[in-house]
Amino acid sequence: MTLPRATALGAACAVLAAPFLSTTAAAHGFAGERFFPATLLTDDPFVADELSLPTLTFDPTAADGSKTIDLDIDLSKRLTPDIGITLSQGWQHLKVPGMPGVTGLTGFSAELDWQFLRDAPHEASAVLGLHTSWAHTGRVQALGADDFTTLSPLVNFGKGFGDLPTTMPWLRPIAVTGNLSVDFPTKTESAGSPNPNNLNYGFAFEYSLEYLQHHVKDVGLSAPFDRMIPLVEMAFTTGLNRGAGGQTTGTIQPGVIWSGQYFQLGAEAIIPVNAASGHGLGAMLQLHFYLDDIFPNSIGKPLFGD
Amino acid sequence: MLRFLLPLALAAVPAAADAHAFLDHAVPPVGATVAAAPPQVELFFTQDLEPAFSGATIAAVDGRPVAAGAATVAPQNRAALVLRLPPLSAGTYKVSWHAVSVDTHRTEGSFSFTVGP
Repeated sequence: MTLPRATALGAACAVLAAPFLSTTAAAHGFAGERFFPATLLTDDPFVADELSLPTLTFDPTAADGSKTIDLDIDLSKRLTPDIGITLSQGWQHLKVPGMPGVTGLTGFSAELDWQFLRDAPHEASAVLGLHTSWAHTGRVQALGADDFTTLSPLVNFGKGFGDLPTTMPWLRPIAVTGNLSVDFPTKTESAGSPNPNNLNYGFAFEYSLEYLQHHVKDVGLSAPFDRMIPLVEMAFTTGLNRGAGGQTTGTIQPGVIWSGQYFQLGAEAIIPVNAASGHGLGAMLQLHFYLDDIFPNSIGKPLFGD
Repeated sequence: MLRFLLPLALAAVPAAADAHAFLDHAVPPVGATVAAAPPQVELFFTQDLEPAFSGATIAAVDGRPVAAGAATVAPQNRAALVLRLPPLSAGTYKVSWHAVSVDTHRTEGSFSFTVGP
């Protein structure tokens, strides 16, 4: 797929979505009664004023035997009630077998999102966006930063199942979020190695104990359990061309998120799905702040149109 | 790292800040079956509410109307909504609420309870 075709696809999606355009503004990850937490792996189906500081990742051992530890910061800011940006920067420690460990900043990325769907009765939410990983950013000498920019048009969605019949009460706390994107590198190869187009897709399956306790049935949960959301996330990348066609890597990450009034904590195990994705277990930890709750009258609200 | 992050996290949370109002608990409890019809429904939230923009309604799930009064924020507890009820017959009722916390964040929710054996 070429970039103009991707743009046309995005425009077509926007036209199809027009009847569902949201008309009310809401911060945080709410769609009606449903609260979607900011998941650690799966991109969120909403725009928000939030800060992940930090996301700490101990990756499973890579297929080539290298080990990495990442510390990332993500800042999401609403420009309008329905349009937001996310800026991301990371720090990485990389240890390749037989080589001294190296550390440094990773590449800088930015994302522009438009929340085109917020359906309260059906607890549904979705965004269209464009993620950009910028070339020549990060500690290039140490980590070998990409010499190409990658553009990734994306769609993220979320659906809560609170609208199920009351005869299925125990299923109503379930929610699913997901994302789909395609990578378009601006160079087809770097130093003799191809840069393929990739298809990225992932899901998060959540069971909200908060929803169970406060919307379905008081089962006697008290703090901190009444604000916990056990979940399983999974993310995959499949190469589409340039020698990588059909090759898939990915991880499955079971864990739990605790959501408080001003911040949330998340912890997940990282399980590679195949040998190409690595081996052994990893772990991910995140501290995530709700800026709209902490600073409701200043940086926690949209820059325009609130 | 924790030595650096913990003070940063605490500094980022102003003591006077408010947030989205989540339902903490209700009387009768969410999803409960009660033997006697309650005279009122009490909803307790995690944040103080704006009385003018917060409320609750009740309806029988079989469609029978319920002539309840308007929900009010309890004067002695601004984090509580009280919905006075007429005598309820046996059956299942759905309470729908909306809450605007004092920093204007809006949340909504609903739950059912049953009167009867």
